[in-house]
Amino acid sequence: MGRLRVKNNVLEQRIFTGRVTVAGAIVALLLFTILGRLFYLQVVQHNYYADLSQGNRIRIDPMPPDRGIIVDRRGTVLAENTPAYQLELTPEQVPNIRDTLTRLAGLGLVNQDNLEPLYRLVRASHKFRAVPLRLSMSDEEISRFAVHQHTFPGVEIRARLARYYPLGALGVHALGYVGAITDADLEKIDRDAYAGTSVMGKVGVEAAFEDLLHGKSGYRQLLVNAEGRSVERVGGAQVAVQHKRPRAGSDLAVALDAKLQAVAEQALAGWRGAVVAMDPMTGDVLVLASTPGFDPNLFTRGISNRDYRALADSLDRPMFNRVLRGTYPPGSTIKPLMALAGLEYGVIDPDYARPCPGWFSLPRSRHRYRDWKKTGHGHADMRDAIATSCDVYFYALADMLGIRRMHESMTHLGFGVRTGIDIPGEKPGLMPSPEWKKKAYKRPQDQVWFPGETVIVGIGQGYLLATPLQLAHATAIIAAKGRNFRPRLLTGIRDPVSGQWQRLQPVESERVRLKDEANWDVITEGMLRVTESNRGTAFGALRGTPYHVAGKTGTAQVFSIGQNQKYREADVAERLRDHALFVAFAPAEAPRLAIAVLVENGGHGASVAAPMARAIFDAYLLGKYPAPKTAAVIAGSADTAAAGQEPAGD
Amino acid sequence: MYEDWQRSKAQRAFTQTGEFLRRFNLDTQLVAGLGLVMAFGLFVLYSASSENLALWEAQLARFALALGLMTLIAQIPPQWIRRGAPAVYVIGVIMLVLVALVGDTSLGAQRWLNLGIVRFQPSEIMKLAVPLTCAWWLHERPVPVSWRDLGVLIFIIGIPAALIAKQPDLGTAVLVSAAGVFVLLLGGLSWQIIAGGGALFAAVTPVAWHFMHDYQRQRVLTLLDPTQDPLGTGYNIIQSQIAIGSGGVFGKGWMNGSQAQLEFLPEHSTDFIFAVIGEELGLLGQGLLLLVYGFIIGRALFMAMDARDTFGRLAAGSIALTFAVYVVVNAGMVCGILPVVGVPLPLVSYGGTSAVTLLAGFGILLSIHSHRKLVR
Repeated sequence: MGRLRVKNNVLEQRIFTGRVTVAGAIVALLLFTILGRLFYLQVVQHNYYADLSQGNRIRIDPMPPDRGIIVDRRGTVLAENTPAYQLELTPEQVPNIRDTLTRLAGLGLVNQDNLEPLYRLVRASHKFRAVPLRLSMSDEEISRFAVHQHTFPGVEIRARLARYYPLGALGVHALGYVGAITDADLEKIDRDAYAGTSVMGKVGVEAAFEDLLHGKSGYRQLLVNAEGRSVERVGGAQVAVQHKRPRAGSDLAVALDAKLQAVAEQALAGWRGAVVAMDPMTGDVLVLASTPGFDPNLFTRGISNRDYRALADSLDRPMFNRVLRGTYPPGSTIKPLMALAGLEYGVIDPDYARPCPGWFSLPRSRHRYRDWKKTGHGHADMRDAIATSCDVYFYALADMLGIRRMHESMTHLGFGVRTGIDIPGEKPGLMPSPEWKKKAYKRPQDQVWFPGETVIVGIGQGYLLATPLQLAHATAIIAAKGRNFRPRLLTGIRDPVSGQWQRLQPVESERVRLKDEANWDVITEGMLRVTESNRGTAFGALRGTPYHVAGKTGTAQVFSIGQNQKYREADVAERLRDHALFVAFAPAEAPRLAIAVLVENGGHGASVAAPMARAIFDAYLLGKYPAPKTAAVIAGSADTAAAGQEPAGD
Repeated sequence: MYEDWQRSKAQRAFTQTGEFLRRFNLDTQLVAGLGLVMAFGLFVLYSASSENLALWEAQLARFALALGLMTLIAQIPPQWIRRGAPAVYVIGVIMLVLVALVGDTSLGAQRWLNLGIVRFQPSEIMKLAVPLTCAWWLHERPVPVSWRDLGVLIFIIGIPAALIAKQPDLGTAVLVSAAGVFVLLLGGLSWQIIAGGGALFAAVTPVAWHFMHDYQRQRVLTLLDPTQDPLGTGYNIIQSQIAIGSGGVFGKGWMNGSQAQLEFLPEHSTDFIFAVIGEELGLLGQGLLLLVYGFIIGRALFMAMDARDTFGRLAAGSIALTFAVYVVVNAGMVCGILPVVGVPLPLVSYGGTSAVTLLAGFGILLSIHSHRKLVR
């Protein structure tokens, strides 16, 4: 402001002295406040706190919530909680944790191999919280521990509820399972919400809806004396102890139909394969079967290292979810979809009949792409080409469409993209395109897209890979004439407090629209002829059904065995056989169920996969359930009959 | 005769010690207070750490280092300190930026800079560099503090405080800003602005709440009602109150505190050592310690008033008040009237670089005092 400002030392000193005095007074006031608080704690409340600390002390005992149960669409219980006795260790009460664990191992109560992971888990947990060492103990183990209990302060046996799957392996790849919380899991979860809980969902529905199923832990304060026994009173005074009830998890209803699932798993028994069945008008997944499976109860009770290795190392990969994560060449099952693309882009007329000499060649190329039938199919229009699965027709169609249009059309129908099913782990498969090839390969000479590669994608071979779930989803879209429901397992949630079921609405994605909606009928007619025309590839397997089935068989070539699999001579021949596929929906005029069946190394779709689909349709549409032993007879194929009687697994 | 001779010998030894201290610019009363607290701290730590000698010796070594540093700094003329302050500040800010970019992460917070030999916490330096730089800026400027100077100081305080808060280390950020703000308050910021700032702070609190980390919010919530979460964050506070309350007037006796010895009380040799004192030595022990702390703070404030120039006054005053903040915040949190922030009990809690920083600060205070004005 132009005013000359000079330092005034006297004024400054005066201000400073004033400020310091104020500050000193405030500090003194604060120190006296603290002193007052200390006086309150140590003199006024002394008796209360002395009682708490001397001899008797408060122990905070977590109360785990009841995990929600899971029921299928008919109310059959798929996952519940049953009492089990578990061995627990409370770190703060154990003088030497390592020594205690070693001695427990000496008694055979904990696994010698697990000592180090257990020690890490105990160290990572809160000191005052019980850590489960064993999830379920036999009566004999309980009495063995009881004899030595006095030498193990801080270790005790408690009754807890453990997860139980009453139907065992049934639907395990949809339901998933709960397993012990590891020290890696501890980093990801809210430890307070899991106090007293020793398991959490690992895969499937159990993992996807962990938040709903788990609920929230409560606690109660216990007054315990020096020996750790609970007491009611402290000295002469009744001490207010608090408790908070745990909030139970929500019960869940899933779309699965346990009876139908059993039919599917029975049909698949002895094979490595997958079956998915869904309601095309809701997206409800009624069947999600992947064989071989395994018993999830092994995990909830603490799986032994040997059992786990047996599962993990098995050549048949029982823990591998083929429905969601198995990607296979879909083979001829995509032919109706190719036909649809041809109609949509107007490159072909449904009534145009093309001669089939048994082979196809690109112009200016001598390479012959062979039909599966050497003699050819004569003249076939689109519907007949689908019914007889004429390769030549679709080689030519693919050449007319070109890979870009095929890619566009197939992507609309869900190929190369995840279906968005509500359990984790789904693979997107692969719908190839020149752009994809450019990105996927490093060397320039590998990046070129050849016309021949387009031709074989036309019959579902080449780079094209899809999961069984994607095949079922695409079939459901055809069945629903373009309506596109996201596949789902969760259909209802029951609030633990009110007990009311909340039904979830199906999730409908953007409809697949055609220029001419009548084209849906063209390919449906083609698929009907697959099962009803005497030239149809699945005519034998589905003869005489009182309902109409629109289906398509497929046989996918297996190029090589998986790189990670061990080479076993006796297996090679079997494992080089083609994969058998079958997709179908029924009743064709008002579809209620869309199915995809995949049988690894099953040979032909018509003879192996189609009868499995029929067993499911018969059960669902007619209520005809096979008796356990006759399942294979109904399937009607010598191959399957032999395989069906073999024990599951390897 | 003999007794007289004895007494005079003792007296002589006492005076000689005093003279020795004075020769090294060490104010007898302040050094005596600090020594008392440190001795008390070592005494308690022995018990609190459950007779962990290695830990105890490490603390002893740290104290020796810190006392050496304090003596060394006390020999530096205050003008040098004043002129050096901005340089140290700039280096400190650069190191904070480096920490943010390449620092080691420890317990989820990025605070350390790895210099190869030692891991180093640059935020510690800022506890001294910020108030000194603020005092340096106000040194030549007249009272009352102008708006422009206020702006500059907010800038000087804000940059390091923000960098430290982002690490995230709320406790240190609060201490660093407090040290700077004390300079402003002591330097004659007008009462109107102080009141306005207070009002602004009240208005900003809800906004700050929005930006807090979950664990920071949890600490505040738990303070308001520790019983709300007895399994998690409330556990420390509940256990430390049980420890203090069960101690009574005289305590359970040294090495006899069950809460601490049975490890019910978490962090009993670091941030919560004040509770161990309460349990084992009672109200008497805690009261005595608070008394000595009060004496140190009072003595330091008197020394500040004696300082010769603006820089000396402001720097010394801020150092004294920052020490008071340590005491009040730690004791307040342990007895359950302030939120749990990571502030140690000065010169008693084990570990950290806080002892070194604190005594370095007192070294500056001593240096300023050695050049005090000769006439009142």
